Amino acid sequence: MTSAENGVGEAVVCRGLEYTFHHGRGKGASTRAVDGVDLTVHTGEVFGLLGPNGAGKTTAIRAITTLLPVRAGMVRVFGHDPARQRMEVRRLLGYVPQQLSADSGLTGRENVALFARVFDVPHAERRERVSQALAAVDLTDAADRMAGTYSGGMVRRLELAQALVSAPRLLVMDEPTIGLDPIARTGVWECVDAVRRATGMTVLVTTHYMDEADWYCDRLALMDHGRIRALGTPEELKAQVREQDPQQTAPSLDDVFRHFAGRDLARNESSEGEFSDVRRTRRTASRVR
Amino acid sequence: MSAAPAAPPPASAEPPGPAVRTGTGTGTGAGAATATAVRPDLGLLLVPPRARTGWRLVPARVLAMCTVELQKLRHDRTELYTRAVQPALWLLIFGETFTRLKAIPTGGIPYLDYLAPGIIAQSAMFIAIFYGIMIIWERDSGVLTKLLVTPTPRAALVTGKAFAAGVKAVIQAVVVVVIAALLGVAMTWNPLRLLGVVVAVLLGSAFFSCLSMTIAGIVLTRDRLMGIGQAITMPLFFGSNALYPVDLMPGWLQAVSRANPLSYQVDALRGLLIGTRANLPLDFAVLTGATVLGITAASALLARLAR
Ligand SMILES: Nc1ncnc2c1ncn2[C@@H]1O[C@H](COP(=O)(O)OP(=O)(O)OP(=O)(O)O)[C@@H](O)[C@H]1O
Ligand SMILES: [Mg+2]
Repeated sequence: MTSAENGVGEAVVCRGLEYTFHHGRGKGASTRAVDGVDLTVHTGEVFGLLGPNGAGKTTAIRAITTLLPVRAGMVRVFGHDPARQRMEVRRLLGYVPQQLSADSGLTGRENVALFARVFDVPHAERRERVSQALAAVDLTDAADRMAGTYSGGMVRRLELAQALVSAPRLLVMDEPTIGLDPIARTGVWECVDAVRRATGMTVLVTTHYMDEADWYCDRLALMDHGRIRALGTPEELKAQVREQDPQQTAPSLDDVFRHFAGRDLARNESSEGEFSDVRRTRRTASRVR
Repeated sequence: MSAAPAAPPPASAEPPGPAVRTGTGTGTGAGAATATAVRPDLGLLLVPPRARTGWRLVPARVLAMCTVELQKLRHDRTELYTRAVQPALWLLIFGETFTRLKAIPTGGIPYLDYLAPGIIAQSAMFIAIFYGIMIIWERDSGVLTKLLVTPTPRAALVTGKAFAAGVKAVIQAVVVVVIAALLGVAMTWNPLRLLGVVVAVLLGSAFFSCLSMTIAGIVLTRDRLMGIGQAITMPLFFGSNALYPVDLMPGWLQAVSRANPLSYQVDALRGLLIGTRANLPLDFAVLTGATVLGITAASALLARLAR
C-alpha cells in the first residue's frame, strides 16, 4: 500500500489533484476544473475516464501529461512526478489530444516520422519503425497521401501511429472517437487493442460513449464537476446501481452514469444538496478502489 | 449524452480482460503471437528508443523542425512564389526609379545594388514577423500541444521553430538573389561570402520569428498578433538602413536604427554581397545576441500558449 501511495508500480496515481483556471480579475473569474481527484491506473489496464462536457477530464489529463503545472495534490506517472521530472514522464507517454491534430501540410508518413525524430529514434531504424506504426493502424496504403485528405477516422488512426511510434508505456487518449462513425470508432479501438495486447502498454482514455467504455475499458471512473463520482469495473458499477436502486434490474452503463452523475446534476440545479447521497457515492468509490 | 448505437467489434475477440500483461518489452508471449498472426509485425514498437541526452538534444530537435518545414515547402511551393512578388516589385519599381533619380548617396554604387541586400533582409523579416501566427494555429489545432508532450524542452522547441523559419527565409532569399541577378545587380559569387549571407539571413529570421512568437505568447490570439505585426514591420523597415544610409536620418531615427537588428543584418548582407564597408564581427555578434535573447523570451512565454 505504501508503494502504491508513492505511485511506484502503478501507471498513474493522482491524490487530491486540483486545478483552477483563472480568467481575468475578481471573484467568479475562476473555474475549478479539477476538484480533488483521487485515482489509480494499474499497469497494463485500460482505464476509462467518463464524464459530461466540462467535467474536467481534459484538465486532469493535461496535468498528468505535464501540460499543466500541478499546484495542489499529487500526480505520479510510473513513479515520476510530472511537475519535476517532465522529460522522464514525457518519454513514457503517447498522447492523442482531443482535437484532430495531424499536420495537414504533411503526408501521413511525415507526420509519424516527426514524432520518431523528436523521440530520438535512431536514423537506422526510423524508416522501419515508422512503417510498422503505420501498419499497426492500417494506414500503409494511405501513408504517402497528404494528411489533409484523410477522413476523421484515418486522422485519428494516424495520431495513434504518431503516439505509438515511440513505444509508450502509457497511451493517453482524450476522446479518441468523438465525431467518428461507428465503424471508424471500432477501427480506432481495434488498433489500440491489438497494440496493447502485443506490448502490454497501459491505456488511459476519456470518452462520452458508454458502450465503448463498457466494452473496452477494464475499469472506469465517472467524473462530474471536477470530481470522481464512482470508480470500478463496469460490472462493479452496474452491481452498485442494482443494489442502490432495486428498480434497475439490468442497468446499462448509461443508467449507471445517470445514477451517479445525472441525478447529481439535477440536484445541484435545485441547489438541494443531499449530503448523505454524496457521502454514499464517496464511500462506494473508495470501496471499489 | 447521446446513446450512440453500440459498435462492438464483430467477432474480434473476447472483451478485454484485466491487465493483459504487466511490464513492457515482453512481446514474445503467447498473447502476442495471436495478435501478430493477424496483425503486421510490430517488433520495433515494443522497444522504446534510447534517449538522446546532453548537448545533442537541441541540434536533433532543430533538425527535426527544419525537416518538417522543408517537407511542407516541397508539398506546397505557392507560398514561395507569391512571397517573391513583393521583393521583385520593390527592386523593379522602387529600385529602378531611384537608380535614375540618384537622390540617395550610396557611395558610388548603383542604387539598385545598394537596395538589393536591404530587400533580401526585408522579405525575410516580413515572413518571420508573422511566424507566430503559425504557432497560434498549431496551438489551436493541437499540433503544438502534442509536441509539448514529447521529450523536447521548451527552449529546444522554440530554437527548432526559429531555425525552421530561418531555413524558409534562406530559400526565399535565394529567390530574391536570383531576381536581383536578373536585374543586373553585381553580387559576389564567392562561396565563403555566400555562406556568410546564409548565416546572416538565418540569424535575422530566427530573431524576428522569436520576436513574433514572444508577441504570440503575450497576446495569445491570431488577430491581435496580425495587428501588432503590421504595426511594427513599417518602423522596423523604414527605421533601418535597408533603403538609405543611416547618416541621412535625423538623430533620433539614427538611434532607433542602431537598436534595430535589421540594420545589422542589412549591413552584413551589403558588405558580403556588394562589398561595401561593413563591420561584420559587430553585425554577427548583434544578430547572435538578439537571437539568443529572442529564444529565451519566446521559450519563457511558450507556456502561456500551452495553457
Ligand atoms: N484554458 C482554459 N481556460 C479557462 N477555463 C478552462 C480552460 N480549459 C477548460 N476550462 C474550464 O474547465 C472546465 C473543465 O474543462 P475540461 O476541458 O477539462 O472538461 P472536459 O471534461 O474535458 O469536457 P469535454 O467533454 O467538453 O471535453 C470547464 O468548465 C471549462 O470551461
Ligand atoms: Mg475534454
